[in-house]
Amino acid sequence: MAGWTEHTGQAVALPLESIDTDQLIPARFMSTPRSEGYGRFLLHDMRRDKDGTAIADMPLNRHPEASILVARRNFGSGSSREAAVYALVDFGFRAVIAPSFGDIFASNAVNNGLLPLKLDPQVVEEILVGLGGDCATATINLETCTLCIGDDRHGFDLPDKWRQKLMNGWDDIDLTRDRQQEILAFRAARRAEFGWAWPS
Amino acid sequence: MTARTLFEKLWSQHVILEEADGASLLWVDRHLVHEGSHHAFAKLAGRGLPVAEPDLTFAVVDHYAPTRTRDLSQVHGDVPRMIETLERNAATHGLRIFGLNDPRQGIVHVIGPEQGITLPGLTINCGDSHTSTHGAFGALAFGIGATEVAHVLATQTIWQTRPKTMRITVTGELGPAVSAKDVALNWISKLGADGASGYAIEYAGPVVRALSMEGRMTLCNLSIEGGGRLGMIAPDEATFAYVKGRPFAPKGDDWDSAMEYWATLPSDEGAVFDREVTIDGSEIAPTVTWGTSPEEALPITGTIPALQDLPADKAARARDALDYMGLQPGRPIAGTPVDQVFIGSCTNGRIEDLRLAAAVLKGRKAQVPGLVSPGSEIVKRQAEQEGLDRVFKEAGLEWVDAGCSMCVGMNGDLVAPGKRCASSTNRNFRGRQGRGARTHLMSPAMVAAAAVTGKLTDVRPLLEERS
Ligand code: SF4
Repeated sequence: MAGWTEHTGQAVALPLESIDTDQLIPARFMSTPRSEGYGRFLLHDMRRDKDGTAIADMPLNRHPEASILVARRNFGSGSSREAAVYALVDFGFRAVIAPSFGDIFASNAVNNGLLPLKLDPQVVEEILVGLGGDCATATINLETCTLCIGDDRHGFDLPDKWRQKLMNGWDDIDLTRDRQQEILAFRAARRAEFGWAWPS
Repeated sequence: MTARTLFEKLWSQHVILEEADGASLLWVDRHLVHEGSHHAFAKLAGRGLPVAEPDLTFAVVDHYAPTRTRDLSQVHGDVPRMIETLERNAATHGLRIFGLNDPRQGIVHVIGPEQGITLPGLTINCGDSHTSTHGAFGALAFGIGATEVAHVLATQTIWQTRPKTMRITVTGELGPAVSAKDVALNWISKLGADGASGYAIEYAGPVVRALSMEGRMTLCNLSIEGGGRLGMIAPDEATFAYVKGRPFAPKGDDWDSAMEYWATLPSDEGAVFDREVTIDGSEIAPTVTWGTSPEEALPITGTIPALQDLPADKAARARDALDYMGLQPGRPIAGTPVDQVFIGSCTNGRIEDLRLAAAVLKGRKAQVPGLVSPGSEIVKRQAEQEGLDRVFKEAGLEWVDAGCSMCVGMNGDLVAPGKRCASSTNRNFRGRQGRGARTHLMSPAMVAAAAVTGKLTDVRPLLEERS
């Protein structure tokens, strides 16, 4: 996976609370291999009516070029399904801006190059008002941890490890395998002291 | 030595290394995988890596398990393919598997404890958010995503940043027919669906101590619905009695040394939590959800919020939720007619749950159709020995095999669009039980009450008549 340091794209508002991962991708699509692409499943039941027709005034249908999503609190709550992140990424999103995120969703996002960008609720409300039903150009810089949208500039916090992973497109497996010696030593010590912790 | 919490003890015991920014690499004692883990196995295959610790990895068929037949030639769609993929991956990597026709098959969070795979003092991961269930044993158990599952498969370790700690103390005593499910929905409605986000929860207090292991599992299971990635309860005599003699639990000398260690786990007197929450258990009534988030819950005696009483942002969300649910603001929640009921899931599919539901259903007829899917085949057999299956069937409900079933509908057990289901599950999200499905979460006893009256009903009078 390629890393990124700065991204400029179109931000779109989806001003809802608690957009859970069951909405981001309904369970019935989750058996699909990733190689087939997940973008078409994103928010499927919100974007399409029962016959599968695209709902014209749904923000993502109006702005399929958007790459930054702005939503209300508790985004990505619920199921641990990483497919929710695949759907966002395959649709073209690089970042989601919200006041709070489901914990597992946020880790999954970072593992797939998607930034969960957390801002104060009132700042998110200002951005939502600014966007209205339209798109606006926004720039996110991971080095400086800043978001520029319209004439405004907002700083944000991001754990250092997450920043590094997003910027370098790092994969944890490679990083961890470099620590193999420490892992083996830990395992041996644990086995000696807590032998019962291995299944009988 | 400074006083430490249960969480701190478990955490420090599993840290392999810690980086300057606080990211820690933790050892994983148990890794549980299911059909949904196919993405992670594909990642592993893509790199040509083996599973690091096959002995610590257990595979379970649950999400796609058909519940009305066990003959895969009778079912279509994704079901056979997803189950066969898991079986193939388990065979390739030499993993123990609880397959579809295994007499021990069931939902991963039910059979982990049932088999003694879940123990106090362990770290337990699974690519499923309700892994928090296993915290009921005093284990550090949390759900992870597919990339993390691949990481655990490849290394038997997981990167985590230490969460803050929160203690939820439930004081007093629960009233009749009030259960762990009601306690959970109560605190989530107070703190919000993201109220415990970033925290590891420890549940404490007399109400928690008095809960059976089944009840404790229900409570910890729902931690994630309040935003907490993990919830835990200090192990005690009830825990040890439950674990002892289970197939994968320690035996002989191992048991003695485990017991010695487990006794040291409870939070020390004076240990400090980042946040303390106290709930009066005596005031909790049987609780139901009215909206599309678990935080949108109220006592069965309560009234659906009137929009003008809510702050503007809440009112907008509530209007949407009520519209989806087909409910009127400002009306009592009791009396809302339901179309069907479901009893099962990793939240409330255990033997005690079935007993509570059967106590209400016995000798009564369900007014609406419903499905009862036990959490495991072992639970199923035990229920049959106790005659509970007859109670369900005589009431007119369908008694089927174990699996996730109508909790998520991946196996085809779906709620039709616009239909209202009283459900003992954990998520009332839009479309969770099927596109357009309207889910009300509640305890199994409350589901049984909804079945026999055909509407959302306070279960207490129905039980009082019996005592
Ligand atoms: S029963 Fe429901 S919540 Fe539990 S593991 Fe299965 S799908 Fe997930």
